[in-house]
Amino acid sequence: MADETIIDVHDVHKTFVSETKPTLWKRLSGKPHVQKRVEVLKGVDLVVHRGETIAILGSSGSGKSTLLRCINKLETIDAGRIYVNGHLIGYEERGGELIAEKASITAQKRTDIGFVFQHFNLFLNKTALGNVMAPLRDVKKLSAAEARKVAVPNLEMVGLGDKMDNYPSKLSGGQKQRVAIARALAMEPSVMLFDEPTSALDPELVGEVLSVIKKIAQQGTTMVIVTHEMQFARDIADRIVVMDQGVIVEEGPPSRIFTAPQHPKTRALLSRSGILPA
Amino acid sequence: MDFITNTLAVFPALLQAVPVVVQLALGAMALALVLGLLIALARISSIKILRGIATFYLEVIRGTPLLVQLVYIFFVLPSIGVSIEPVPAGILGLGLNYAAYLSEVFRSAILSVEHGQTEAALSLGYTPTKTLWKVVIPQSFVVSMGPIGNYFIAMIKDTALTSVIAVTEILKTANILNSQTFQTTAIYTAAAILYLIISLPLSRIVVVLERKARANG
Repeated sequence: MADETIIDVHDVHKTFVSETKPTLWKRLSGKPHVQKRVEVLKGVDLVVHRGETIAILGSSGSGKSTLLRCINKLETIDAGRIYVNGHLIGYEERGGELIAEKASITAQKRTDIGFVFQHFNLFLNKTALGNVMAPLRDVKKLSAAEARKVAVPNLEMVGLGDKMDNYPSKLSGGQKQRVAIARALAMEPSVMLFDEPTSALDPELVGEVLSVIKKIAQQGTTMVIVTHEMQFARDIADRIVVMDQGVIVEEGPPSRIFTAPQHPKTRALLSRSGILPA
Repeated sequence: MDFITNTLAVFPALLQAVPVVVQLALGAMALALVLGLLIALARISSIKILRGIATFYLEVIRGTPLLVQLVYIFFVLPSIGVSIEPVPAGILGLGLNYAAYLSEVFRSAILSVEHGQTEAALSLGYTPTKTLWKVVIPQSFVVSMGPIGNYFIAMIKDTALTSVIAVTEILKTANILNSQTFQTTAIYTAAAILYLIISLPLSRIVVVLERKARANG
């Protein structure tokens, strides 16, 4: 089933509204307060098939991270639909109408979506092993022994078999990110989402994280990676998606995107990264 | 030399009041911790009525002296048919009062837990409620350890106020001794020293706890 759809993003729109609190003087003088609206996603369509590795490229503010966060409902969408493994995310459909679903249902759907954050977000009060075991125990309700049996091989897979009892404060950035990857993988999700997984790392630590991600991709895990690492994206992605100002401007196999980009924004992005001559 | 021997001579009598102080402090602290956490949760809840009740409670407790609250519980409540024995009344008064202050400790500790921790838990399939209890609150306890310890020490000293509602704690015992022997200086010096002996080691423990919490953060 090479073309089984895992993620189906359909015409997704998202606007961030930031309300600047008016100063006391402005309120006294009766000036209306200002709402700042920024449309970050302006109708995005994306289909990801089982086993595919997708890399989303784009300059900052292009909406790529927001898109990723919408897929597991860390952000709520304003319009459109997102399906993961056939399940509509964030809503239930009743007679053609969308109704916001219960938080417990969203939580259940999220167990099927692994998410890796730019800033790792390890539980600071737990060891590496504790971090991987926590959701297995709290969410999947495994016993301590069962959770351990799942957690240990995952930590070994990311090369941290000898750091299992370390607290995050005693781990390097690269090690933290690898624990975070193991923690997400241990839940056996159908898809792994990576939100700029190496952007917060010192340059010398980027390699170890990328090689772990590559290893997971080779095991056939479905992945969507938002990244600035062009060379990495070229190496591992089956398909490159380029975003700019809230829309997907171009997508295709890396061999074509990196050698013969069609869209001027793609060309600009690649030449800024030194891949294409300016 | 007389002064020192006299002071030392008072100690055995005062020491008999220590179990009462321990009872007051532990009982009131247990009440304050549970109620304080509930008030903190009510204050950050999305339900407006809960927030309103919690804020009202906080304002009333913080806007009136603890001494008045104790007197109110012990002398006024009986007039509406609720009579409480001195020690339970002391525990209730101290507990209700400190709950308000501890709730502020809990609230700021809960809010200080990084949003990334919440997002990580949600992304792993924790429900919002489970995220609060399994991820946020345990971490906020680490942060609140030091302030809670300091409030505990303050509470031990505040048990002296319960002397006005007939609890025979250290100060009341000292008062009784004083009325019998009139060795005012020796008796109250001994009482002060006894409070010091209790609170100094505790404040050392708090410092160590705080250092540990910071090391793991």
